[in-house]
Amino acid sequence: MSPSGTPISAADVAKVARLARLDIDEANVAHFTEQLAKVMGHFSDIDALDLSGVGPMTQPFPLVNVLREDVEQPCLDTDEVLAAAPSSDQRRFRVPPIIGLDD
Amino acid sequence: MATIPTTASGIAAAIASKQISAREVIDSYLAQITARETDIHAFNLVTADAARAHADAIDADIAAGRPIGPLAGVPIAIKDNLCTHGIETTCSSKILEGWKPPYDATVVSRLRDAGAIMVGKTNLDEFAMGSSTENSAFGPTRNPLDTSRVPGGSSGGSAAAVAAGFAPVSLGSDTGGSIRQPAAMCGVVGVKPTYGLVSRYGLCAYASSLDQVGPFATTVADAALITEAIAGHDAMDSTSIPQPAPALVASVSQGVAGMRIGRVTDLPAGAEPEVIARLNEAFAALESAGATIVDITLPSLSYALTAYYLIAPAEASSNLARYDGVRYGLRVNAVDTNSMYGATRAAGFGDEVKRRIMLGTYALSAGYYDAYYGKALKVRRLIAEDFERAYAQVDVILTPTSPVVAFPFGDKVDDPMAMYLCDIYTIPTNLAGHPAMSVPFGTGAHGMPVGIQVLAPALGEAPMFRVGGALENAAGGVK
Repeated sequence: MSPSGTPISAADVAKVARLARLDIDEANVAHFTEQLAKVMGHFSDIDALDLSGVGPMTQPFPLVNVLREDVEQPCLDTDEVLAAAPSSDQRRFRVPPIIGLDD
Repeated sequence: MATIPTTASGIAAAIASKQISAREVIDSYLAQITARETDIHAFNLVTADAARAHADAIDADIAAGRPIGPLAGVPIAIKDNLCTHGIETTCSSKILEGWKPPYDATVVSRLRDAGAIMVGKTNLDEFAMGSSTENSAFGPTRNPLDTSRVPGGSSGGSAAAVAAGFAPVSLGSDTGGSIRQPAAMCGVVGVKPTYGLVSRYGLCAYASSLDQVGPFATTVADAALITEAIAGHDAMDSTSIPQPAPALVASVSQGVAGMRIGRVTDLPAGAEPEVIARLNEAFAALESAGATIVDITLPSLSYALTAYYLIAPAEASSNLARYDGVRYGLRVNAVDTNSMYGATRAAGFGDEVKRRIMLGTYALSAGYYDAYYGKALKVRRLIAEDFERAYAQVDVILTPTSPVVAFPFGDKVDDPMAMYLCDIYTIPTNLAGHPAMSVPFGTGAHGMPVGIQVLAPALGEAPMFRVGGALENAAGGVK
């Protein structure tokens, strides 16, 4: 059991894979479900803790806004950056259509 | 030809005083790489030609009487998740194979400015996710002390490079123990500095609130020397502590007289008996060197593993969203962008990275956020408060680094939970943001090295290195 009270299901794994933009076939969904269920089973240990009144800690030290003077600085070389891209066109990253051809 | 010193400080001194040339040093280390790298696979890339050219330039500077850096001519191996301008940086992932970053990580440029010579990029668990280096897309690194065993991870290549004599020092990154645990398993020194002491600019992000860059070395003094060289404020990292690098090398030889060393009476179980025996010997050695051993409790420590394996994957699921086939690395072509993302990420990421991305996505998803990620952040607070109470009583805390010595290949690779348990003693430090180091201290089962971990409060590097130095002195006397 997990803190949410229900073990992770194959449908959950298929859903998070989709959310995370990971194509995973059915056989692998079953494999990952088994492994993730085992890992998440361990996580129920924190159910024993009384966490009421405990504030969340997102960072080791409080974050502060870091600003610099608004002056020009050297930046990355556009040609060099684009040279590392899988595809570029007219000094821009080139991607397939955003609206699917089937949609 | 003069004998090549085995420490970074010795090499720097010998080169600066013209007893030996930078080229002789680099040729000697490159020869060692040629002799053993096929067996060890510490590197994803050996930059031999660039290293020789850099050494020649340093020798030319010395011959001409031009000033040289404090680490001039010191060979160093760099973990392959640190960006190197124009030099392939892969994170041991197929999704970044062939990528040449358009900039240097701050730690890389600081080392170069100090005169250190990069010999290559070291292997790691893909995106630093793992504890054995078996998750590298380019094959595992083998432990130089026993090639049938893992070197630990995720910085297994950097640990193995130093243990095999491929470089006197190296850099790794530590998100949950990825410097300290492989250091322990390979019998070398490894340091995770305070969060924010060393810039993360150019470190490929895994879990941004936990990641920190640090050194491997054969001696505690060398580890302090490299920490000094890479530490200090960097405007390119918004979490960088706005202070100059501290002086640390002098601390190493100060001794521990009068120091208070914490012994955790409720340490999570699971360590091998030989590991606990070495820990007890370490306490005895520090006590006879003049320290006082103080019993403390850290009641939330056993929950750290759960907190870490929710928080780190949650951050990773966000950080690794950038590998989408658009701006760099692999792309698997498809009819539309959504299909292209899914196909690219499926082909480019290995199983452990996929597991952690899915785990993190799940922990952050609607309906589960409070039960998982939200709870984990509260547990993180409890652990930090435990440490705060403990450090009111003691200067540093001693624990094992790893519960187990280096294990054979394949032992845990299909059982993620067994692998995660290797990090049980190293994870709490990252959650708190504190510094910690591993110092080799005798051997355990199968004659493999044991590492003792020194934990210190935030910016407590100086007391940490004092205790590290004392442990190193005492280690000669243990089995």
